[in-house]
Amino acid sequence: MKRFILLAFIFITGYAQAQLTNITISHGIDNPTRIAVVPMSYVGGKLPEDISEIVRNDLSFSGQFESIPVEKMISYPQNESEIHYRDWKMINAEFLLIGSITQQAGRFYASYELFDVVQQKRALARITVDGTDTQLRDIAHRISDKVYETITGIRGIFSTKIIYVEAFQKPTKYRLMLSDVDGARSRALLESKQPVLSPVWSPDGTKVAYVSFETDRPAIYVQNLSTGHRDQVTNYHGLNGAPAWSPDGQNLAMVLSKDGNPEIYTLNLASRALTRVTNHFAIDTEPSWTTDGSGIYFTSDRGAKPQIYKVTLATGQTERVTFDGVYNARGRVSPDGKSLVMVNRRDGNYQIAAQDIKSGNLRILTETNLDESPTIAPNGAMLMYATNFGGKGILAAVSLDARTKVRLPSKQGDVREPAWSPFF
Amino acid sequence: MITKAMKQGLTLAVVMAFLVGCSSSDKNKKPVTAAPVTAAVTAPAVDSSVQTLANVVYFEFDKYELTPESRALLLAHAEKLKGASTSVRLEGHADERGSREYNMALGEKRANAVRDFLVLQGVKAASLETVSYGEERPVATGHDESSWSQNRRVEIK
Repeated sequence: MKRFILLAFIFITGYAQAQLTNITISHGIDNPTRIAVVPMSYVGGKLPEDISEIVRNDLSFSGQFESIPVEKMISYPQNESEIHYRDWKMINAEFLLIGSITQQAGRFYASYELFDVVQQKRALARITVDGTDTQLRDIAHRISDKVYETITGIRGIFSTKIIYVEAFQKPTKYRLMLSDVDGARSRALLESKQPVLSPVWSPDGTKVAYVSFETDRPAIYVQNLSTGHRDQVTNYHGLNGAPAWSPDGQNLAMVLSKDGNPEIYTLNLASRALTRVTNHFAIDTEPSWTTDGSGIYFTSDRGAKPQIYKVTLATGQTERVTFDGVYNARGRVSPDGKSLVMVNRRDGNYQIAAQDIKSGNLRILTETNLDESPTIAPNGAMLMYATNFGGKGILAAVSLDARTKVRLPSKQGDVREPAWSPFF
Repeated sequence: MITKAMKQGLTLAVVMAFLVGCSSSDKNKKPVTAAPVTAAVTAPAVDSSVQTLANVVYFEFDKYELTPESRALLLAHAEKLKGASTSVRLEGHADERGSREYNMALGEKRANAVRDFLVLQGVKAASLETVSYGEERPVATGHDESSWSQNRRVEIK
């Protein structure tokens, strides 16, 4: 079947001004690991990015670390022989990260070592990462990933990306944005006067699918992130929404109402074969695949109120999954397949909740109202969601154990619908 | 059959995209003035021109059933539309609470409820187009019931 590739007639712009700024740790764990990230030496003036500072911010963002301020440091060791553990014990540092940056033929090389202050021994042998001047942030995030994994045993997510939607009023404008997970280096993937929503990553991280109203009607598009090429994959009467990639990347689940009612379908992206999954006069929407691709979670009001159900694709057998609360919608499965996160309503508040799939136990993760669009980090340790703060839509993050919460306020516009990338 | 329909759909999309791309005039809707919630109740049921009929019907929270007031207003619209050759767009909306795609479906159900009612009254189905904007286009931007009740609506355009 012939594929139509639409060149984006809406601008694929360069780096945009708007950035998420000033990450605020609104609630940390009681006992975060205290780490001292010593300023890395660099002979050759001032670098365009402060690598040590980015590493400090990354680790703080996780909520599991507390970065010791530079002013409190007694010395700036650059190698093991210059370390006096007593100096670091005095300021209650548990770990110490030191390093240096050099430049050679236009490339930057950052070498770093990690020490365990409590045990007074090396935790990580010297590692060197390199890149160009535009990749200094990547270098910093890679260091953060390694340090985080060494200490926690969990893979770091600082090199991953997020996609989100920015909405502006007067004049009305919507932008689909791509940025680092800390909000830096944001750029617009799409700009439109009509609503843009429901962005999702392909499992390989090369494409995004989303809904755009640019033709005055909703349609699902797939956009290649490196080339900018766009492919309109649906154009049916009625709803064309809630795209969700199958784990193998070959199918896109979605909601269509072309047969009269919002129903779940799957579209094979290669053959363009469309398969209807649900058949009910109620609302069926917000599909999300199980981690093995054998089933789809979806929201339905077939029981009068919105709840999450699961359909097994091979048999069509459907079962209700959520029972706790009068409103549970937009389920997303954690990477280990053990938890389902969702929007839960109780006492009139909409909050993010996580349900243990096996036991059915539900836990509320957020305390604000109007929380929505949870998206889980690929390491399963955190999730990001959209909420309201100071009358504006902002993004926030919470650890899956609900112990740490982080706000990522935006400079302008309403920020919403975050989608956390897979590992690259 | 599906693939044929899809192909036609995609062809149409390409044409539409081309048209939008070539035209600099954007299809800006007129700002919708926030009608009071009681508009539907007080709207004259019969015997007035389309221009003076309220063109918005409202819904209860998380519901897509028509209220008695909405039915009265829609009866009047049906009388006008039966004889007219114009086509009408029914735009469904939801308030901001809850998830966005669920609200998109809610807006769709609301627009469909209005369409089905009008068709039952004798309006040609082919003259009615439905589209849902979910919670994406509120007329009132507050975070309280007075705003929410204005946003749970179907606009007859």
